Amino acid sequence: MGRAAGYILSLCLSLAAPGAIADEFGDPDRGKSIYAQCQMCHQVGQGAVHRVGPHLNGIFGRTPGAVEGFTRYSPGLVRAGADGMVWTFETLDVYIEEPRSLVSGTRMNFSGISAPQDRYDLLAYLREFSASPANIPEAEPTAAPTNPDLDPAILAIQGDPAYGEYLSGECTTCHQADGSAQGIPAIVGWPTEDFVLAMHAYKRKIRPHPVMQMMASRLSDEEIAALAAYFNALQ
Amino acid sequence: MRFNRRTFIGTGAAASLALSAPRVIGQGRPRVVVVGGGAGGATVARYLAKDSDGAIDVTLVEPTRTYYTCFFSNLYIGGFQDYDDLGHSYATLAGDYGINVVHDWAVGVDRDAKTVSLASGTVLPYDSLVLSPGIDFVDGSVPGWSVADQDVMPHAYKGGTQAALLKSKILAMPEGGTYAMIAPPNPYRCPPGPYERVSMVAHLLKQNNPTAKILIVDPKQNYSKQALFEEGFNTHYPGMVERIGPDFGGENVEVRPASMEVVIDGAVEKVDACNVIPAQKAGRICEAAGLTDGNWAPVDGHTMQSRMDENVHILGDASAQGDMPKSGFSANSQAKVAAMSIRGAMTGSQVFPARFSNTCWSLIATDDGVKVGASYEATDEKIASTSSFISQPGEDAALRKQTYEESLGWYAGITSDMFG
Repeated sequence: MGRAAGYILSLCLSLAAPGAIADEFGDPDRGKSIYAQCQMCHQVGQGAVHRVGPHLNGIFGRTPGAVEGFTRYSPGLVRAGADGMVWTFETLDVYIEEPRSLVSGTRMNFSGISAPQDRYDLLAYLREFSASPANIPEAEPTAAPTNPDLDPAILAIQGDPAYGEYLSGECTTCHQADGSAQGIPAIVGWPTEDFVLAMHAYKRKIRPHPVMQMMASRLSDEEIAALAAYFNALQ
Repeated sequence: MRFNRRTFIGTGAAASLALSAPRVIGQGRPRVVVVGGGAGGATVARYLAKDSDGAIDVTLVEPTRTYYTCFFSNLYIGGFQDYDDLGHSYATLAGDYGINVVHDWAVGVDRDAKTVSLASGTVLPYDSLVLSPGIDFVDGSVPGWSVADQDVMPHAYKGGTQAALLKSKILAMPEGGTYAMIAPPNPYRCPPGPYERVSMVAHLLKQNNPTAKILIVDPKQNYSKQALFEEGFNTHYPGMVERIGPDFGGENVEVRPASMEVVIDGAVEKVDACNVIPAQKAGRICEAAGLTDGNWAPVDGHTMQSRMDENVHILGDASAQGDMPKSGFSANSQAKVAAMSIRGAMTGSQVFPARFSNTCWSLIATDDGVKVGASYEATDEKIASTSSFISQPGEDAALRKQTYEESLGWYAGITSDMFG
């Protein structure tokens, strides 16, 4: 409790003084390693672009659900932004702890980080990409170590969406075709490359989920490409 | 008579002059009649209507106006789901998908004339028939019990009001009373279902009647997810659950509804609530249609067509298909293969090799979910398992919670896949 109160106090100080150093609250180096679980969906740093989720450059002070060029926000997140919510240390801290408790219906399918120190460190890391957005540190766009090293030829396969639609029958028993998500992530509108990487990661058991490992294990490269093309086109 | 896409477009163009007489156009389309509006029937109707863009005339026959899923009814007993949330309407299938939803009982099939007769006297002609009637109970499988006793000793194994009745009887038990479950022999609907139910009954009793006892009388040596359930019973409900397997008389049981007694291998037990889950067979319309061999209706796993009549597809619990468990997930998976097969034959659409999957989640206690699943493919002999997985004993709490949350997501997913 004391820790949290102190945190909020120093948070106020930092907002009053934008130049304040993030590591008052957390350790950005440690935060970088915690960020590994985010980067399957979010890029941050120079050259970061929208993937499954929006890039996180300049997240602090941003309006939720309003980044230009990102089209897959849930209605819940857009509503939160329209209602005047702003991403601050405080709101991000609550969101990262349990996304659905802050924004009902969010498509961010992430169970949350319960350890406060882990959240503070993560936010300290992310803060580095927001403090002065014109001067983003020279970091590589996040390449996900959770993704397999794929032969470019596999990524280049043009999937047949009609075949993907047939195969999708196996997915839509759990993943809802209208993109809503609770407990099971939404998979509509993903960039095809992310979809293909994720499925191959399951196939090679780099990603841990046993149901998805089983489902992916019998999909060929062409079938994965077909599913990626089909779900990419759904909104 | 078979139609392909070209003949449909041709007749559609010719008939477009007669827009004021849509029934004429309707009669020109190939007809599919689906009997049963559950995980198999609702899904096959929706996929046929959705993917054929109106080229197929789909009629869905289901007696209930609001369909209460049998899956998740245990969670209602445990207090984790509201009863009303298990009910689903057919309004979207009728309104948005153009499916002709008929609330009636199918009572007979004339396979030569290709008609289905309904209890109201209506006769529905079909080009292709899908039977997805779920289960019925084998008469006399539990001596002393018949369906007429279901108000005293509920089965609560078909969804709907039986689950509410069973729950009320459990809540009415005297302090320290006994709930008995007569578990079914294989094969039956939802293999982990009886044991998930025991978990949910235990959860309910732990809060309302913590000295109560649960007695499982079981004719089977082993059951689905047994290690996981036994671990859960010991962890969450120590001393509450006793199971009498076949070695101790579990297969020699008789019930006496009038006196609320269970007789196990000659020994009389007085009980306060009794849940009789009898031996099961295909929904009776399959037998009426002459499509059963023993208790179930054999099908060809490549298409889900009856092995006795290629104009009839049989889905879900009623079918004898091979390795897949009788579950809502399986029926939903089989329905998509059947829809593809029927649509291919009627409209010439592309047909891909059949593939199936299943996952069964069970809730043992608050945030303690487990799962088992497999993927399958069709061989000439049967639907055969290709790979499988199961939750492990001793998993950490975060993973179990995630598994439970996943099951909620699955429920939302499959019900929208069924009902639109």
